[in-house]
Amino acid sequence: MLLPEWLLNRREFVAGAAASGALTTVPMVGPSPALAETAPTNAVRLDVNGEPHALTLDTRTTLLDTLREHLHLTGTKKGCDHGHCGACTVLVNGTRINACLSLAVMHDGDSVTTIEGLGTPDDMHEMQAAFVKHDGFQCGYCTPGQICSAVAVLAEVEQGVPSHVTGDLTAPMALSNIELRERMSGNICRCGAYSNIADAITEVAEARG
Amino acid sequence: MTPFTYERATSPEAAIRAVAGTPGAKFIAGGTNLLDLMKFQIERPTHLVDVRGLPLATIEDTPDGGLRIGALVTNTALAAHPRVKRDYGVVSRAIVAGATGQLRNKASVGGNLLQRNRCPYFYNVHTPCNKRVPGSGCSAIGGASRSLAVVGTSEACIAQNPGDMAVALMVLDAAVETMNAAGNTRSIPLAEFFRLPGETPEIEFALEPGELITAVTLPPPPAGTHHYHKVRDRASYAFAIVSVAAVLDEDGTGRVAFGSVAPRPWRVAEAEAALPEGPAAVVASAFDGAKPTHENAFKIPLAERTLALVIAEGKG
Ligand SMILES: Cc1cc2nc3c(=O)[nH]c(=O)nc-3n(C[C@H](O)[C@H](O)[C@H](O)COP(=O)(O)OP(=O)(O)OC[C@H]3O[C@@H](n4cnc5c(N)ncnc54)[C@H](O)[C@@H]3O)c2cc1C
Ligand code: SF4
Ligand code: FES
Ligand code: FES
Repeated sequence: MLLPEWLLNRREFVAGAAASGALTTVPMVGPSPALAETAPTNAVRLDVNGEPHALTLDTRTTLLDTLREHLHLTGTKKGCDHGHCGACTVLVNGTRINACLSLAVMHDGDSVTTIEGLGTPDDMHEMQAAFVKHDGFQCGYCTPGQICSAVAVLAEVEQGVPSHVTGDLTAPMALSNIELRERMSGNICRCGAYSNIADAITEVAEARG
Repeated sequence: MTPFTYERATSPEAAIRAVAGTPGAKFIAGGTNLLDLMKFQIERPTHLVDVRGLPLATIEDTPDGGLRIGALVTNTALAAHPRVKRDYGVVSRAIVAGATGQLRNKASVGGNLLQRNRCPYFYNVHTPCNKRVPGSGCSAIGGASRSLAVVGTSEACIAQNPGDMAVALMVLDAAVETMNAAGNTRSIPLAEFFRLPGETPEIEFALEPGELITAVTLPPPPAGTHHYHKVRDRASYAFAIVSVAAVLDEDGTGRVAFGSVAPRPWRVAEAEAALPEGPAAVVASAFDGAKPTHENAFKIPLAERTLALVIAEGKG
């Protein structure tokens, strides 16, 4: 249902051109020269995992595509590209957001932390270690987003951010199983590793006290 | 997305000038609704004016005991504000019933009020939709309409306002403060902010081109218990099928508004006055003249049951 109009038009255009024998005059790859000329770019400075980057990007480039396609940090995943799945969750200035629903130009001067910046295989973040210990994944596609989200959830609870299942809004907050499931509901796991994900987050939360 | 130029506004006046003076220009705040629509080419701005750097992200007490919430306050910051949690619980509850932690961290108060509808045909650029292409027809009438509005609709459009926060703001008598291209400010009661579709469903809000939302104001908190109950297809992370925002007093009176049943948060004075008589009387009055489709007629009894639950909750 949700096929973008331009994609359909281009397919129809190419198919039509092929049918009419005009194919040799049609550029088959890349944007048309007219589009390339008119697509504006902006300079963007980003600090990603502690490293500064200076980029010149088409204004349409999302933060997610910047990380994956321009900086080759492919840990952050693209699931839906529309804010529905959470696979693209990263921390911007310490706050979790969906990198697919933000433009890189909106982050000029920001600090971004991706899964690669939380820890490395030799020196894992405590949340990464807990996910490994509890088998908090199967295929692993949603995992970078789950881990970034989980790290931010603990901070949000500390900051007194309520959730849909919070009872008394003004009482001190605790991270019960139902609280963390609600707070993690923006991270979908197609493999259904939820109970192990919940165990991993609980362990980190309890270790912090 | 179609190509666009981008700038960061340095003052509200400059932002308004840039949008009012550039055909095809739009403000962008969190971008969580606008970029989604741009990816589908439902929105095709040629210039984006990023307003997030403007000094409109504070929450302040007003001299009369109310609250003034800057348009750029994030949904998370509003829900977590100590005074909002204590005195305006219905707002915190409504916000955290919507979207996800990630989205609420990015979404702004102004952008939330201006979020567009979730009619499946509005999102499908290959089907007629009067809201997206004025005059093209309404695919939802006679089509898939389960989630759409039952009251306040027109022959041209039956889309519902899907937002949560605005339903809570409606029971609190909130107002929207704006600044226009001439530099004039005004305060629009929320009840007048959302337009019913009539013959022009593409006009959804009482804003002039280039008019910037600067704040939302709340009068002093009304007495009573605060409630927001959202019924949806999943327990979390889904738009409402029906929602009820209410502030209920001990004596059985109170305020109530319904969400996702009409093109705007639905609050009817006569219906509210019937609160002491119970949910059936309130709903009969609030949905008087409703024109549900065969797919969404269930929303009216569902609204009554949801209100019954909220009233029971209020009695503790
Ligand atoms: C997957 C998903 C699930 C969601 N679920 C829910 C839900 O359950 N309940 C719910 O209520 N919402 C839900 N939402 C919608 C979400 O609340 C909105 O996307 C968000 O609040 C929009 O805020 P924003 O700041 O990102 O707006 P933007 O996308 O930046 O802007 C939206 C519109 O407002 C205009 N605008 C922004 N700020 C101003 C201003 N200050 N003055 C004038 N114009 C302005 C923009 O030009 C644009 O037209 C969901 C969204 C997604 C993607
Ligand atoms: S209900 Fe409104 S939004 Fe949906 S198809 Fe009809 S005109 Fe478009
Ligand atoms: S890719 Fe961003 S939420 Fe799915
Ligand atoms: S581990 Fe496969 S999607 Fe979550």
